[in-house]
Amino acid sequence: MSEFSILLPSVLNGITTGALYALVALGLTLIYGVLHIINFAHGSLLMLALYGVYFLAAGFDIGPYQALVFMPAAMFAVGYVLQRFVIGKASHDRDENILLVTLGLSIVIENLALYFFRSDTRVVDTPWSFETVELLGAFLPLPKVIAFFGALATAAALWVLMTRTDLGKAIRAVAKERKGARLVGIDVDHVFAMSFGIGIACLGIAACLLMPSYYVTPQVGHGFVLIAFTIVVLGGMGSFVGALIGGLFIGVVESLGGLFLGESLGQIGIFAIFILILLFRPTGLLGHKV
Amino acid sequence: MKTLAILAVVFAALGVLPLFVVSDVWLNSLIAVLYAALLGQAWNILGGYGGQFSFGHAAFFGTGAYTVAVLQVQYGINPWIGLVAGAAAAGLVAAFVGALSFRYGLRGSYFALVTLAFAEVLRILSNSVPFTGAGVGILIPLDPGAENLQFAHKSGYFWMIWAMALAAFLAAWWLGHSRFGARLMALRDNEDAARALGVSALRIKLGGIVMSGVFSGLAGVFYAQHYLYLDPGLAYGPAISVESLLVPIVGGMGTLFGPLLGAAALHVLSEVTRDIFGDAPGISLAIYGALLIFIVMFLPHGLAGLGRISARRLIRARPA
Repeated sequence: MSEFSILLPSVLNGITTGALYALVALGLTLIYGVLHIINFAHGSLLMLALYGVYFLAAGFDIGPYQALVFMPAAMFAVGYVLQRFVIGKASHDRDENILLVTLGLSIVIENLALYFFRSDTRVVDTPWSFETVELLGAFLPLPKVIAFFGALATAAALWVLMTRTDLGKAIRAVAKERKGARLVGIDVDHVFAMSFGIGIACLGIAACLLMPSYYVTPQVGHGFVLIAFTIVVLGGMGSFVGALIGGLFIGVVESLGGLFLGESLGQIGIFAIFILILLFRPTGLLGHKV
Repeated sequence: MKTLAILAVVFAALGVLPLFVVSDVWLNSLIAVLYAALLGQAWNILGGYGGQFSFGHAAFFGTGAYTVAVLQVQYGINPWIGLVAGAAAAGLVAAFVGALSFRYGLRGSYFALVTLAFAEVLRILSNSVPFTGAGVGILIPLDPGAENLQFAHKSGYFWMIWAMALAAFLAAWWLGHSRFGARLMALRDNEDAARALGVSALRIKLGGIVMSGVFSGLAGVFYAQHYLYLDPGLAYGPAISVESLLVPIVGGMGTLFGPLLGAAALHVLSEVTRDIFGDAPGISLAIYGALLIFIVMFLPHGLAGLGRISARRLIRARPA
């Protein structure tokens, strides 16, 4: 019984964290599914979004949840422009080039942040940052619970967008058959940029939900980027459901790993899963053939 | 043979330079360029000639560096033996990473991700286990003398890195003139066709990654002996992985002299940046990243490709 009372809060905590990981991974998996590229700049763009939330709060007194009105749109614009005018232009139709360009972008964004904002840790204080919710005898931080439902809502909205709208149809068409989509009159470059923009907009939402219970430094993206990759690989590249389940699973693994192995070694569990999946089942648990 | 002659002339010229330059500043610059060229050539062997883009060469570099340091500090083993052991250990790690990933046919982004993850795992491990000094790092006691692979004067380090870089460049030259190298490049250009012709993809790629890992490990050994201090972030951190791939990409991937060109160009760039911005954190790396994007966008063959383009333009511009 005593073991259960330690395990349950830890699992629930892991699930709420995992929902946020899933949200970050959703953007990554959307971008991969459509453009077939791995966006190495994903972590640093999340960091950028977190700074956006921070400065809205510090400069304009706009709280993280009010920022939900601005941040997704702003990050969408950033993503659209990056894909249309930098990544797409530099790719020369070779996947290796995209890999290198997104790596270059992540280095630039992260180090410019370091230059302008220094490596101070910044937080946004809200009156409810430390409030908790009791669930099955476990106390969960309120911001994390809100983030959990926010992540689920975003995933649902994405699903509707992909299956019920013309844009979603075009995105799926381009993902399946680039050339055919172009032949029936779809502006492929525009759809690429839209997909990238939507993927990055997810980071804007994630940043608003994350900020009340987290902090921001120029290096904050690192922690998320490999975790997001792990989730995407675990769930199957391009699979939404896979990203959701994978995110929750990784959140629990991290939380339990931290409980049993300690904070720093706990991360090893995630990397071990990552390497094992890449080696033995690179299509992921729910993915299709690459 | 012609490229070998050029290589000999270049390295002979680099070798006699220290006889004329007496200032430590210049000698330091030469050391920095040769060190970056060694790192870059190591990556170039696998990435440029073999077409396998690793994002985690720090895994090999750090293993070389930690091996020589730990053997000295914890077990009192002479660094000359440590040098061989470091290179061998780095080769072993490379063989392990290669065997796992190439066996399962990982290519492109997947290979980049798996190498990155291996480097991260090693960084976390070296941050947690006691014999690497964990987060505090490891300090090699100062004891100058050739027998300790430590030198009181900079010129000793110059010769050390000169010899290591020469070995790496000879290996890269050999790739351009051997069956093994031809097979490695065939796998890069069209893996399916090469396999159809009977090239054993696994064995050749394994050879490539081990060669690459050994030279990265040597660079790590040099780093450890030169600076006499290591910590997990320095040895296994992403900065080394990025520098390893940036040098040959800037200079020209898959070319013999690309890494040397890239190393020299990046050194000049970083000196200029330091002059303008001082030691402001982040700015030099931000410029590196911007350069990477710029090169991929406009100069996909690097600086070495620049010569080729202008030669072609000249020919085209000639009146008919």
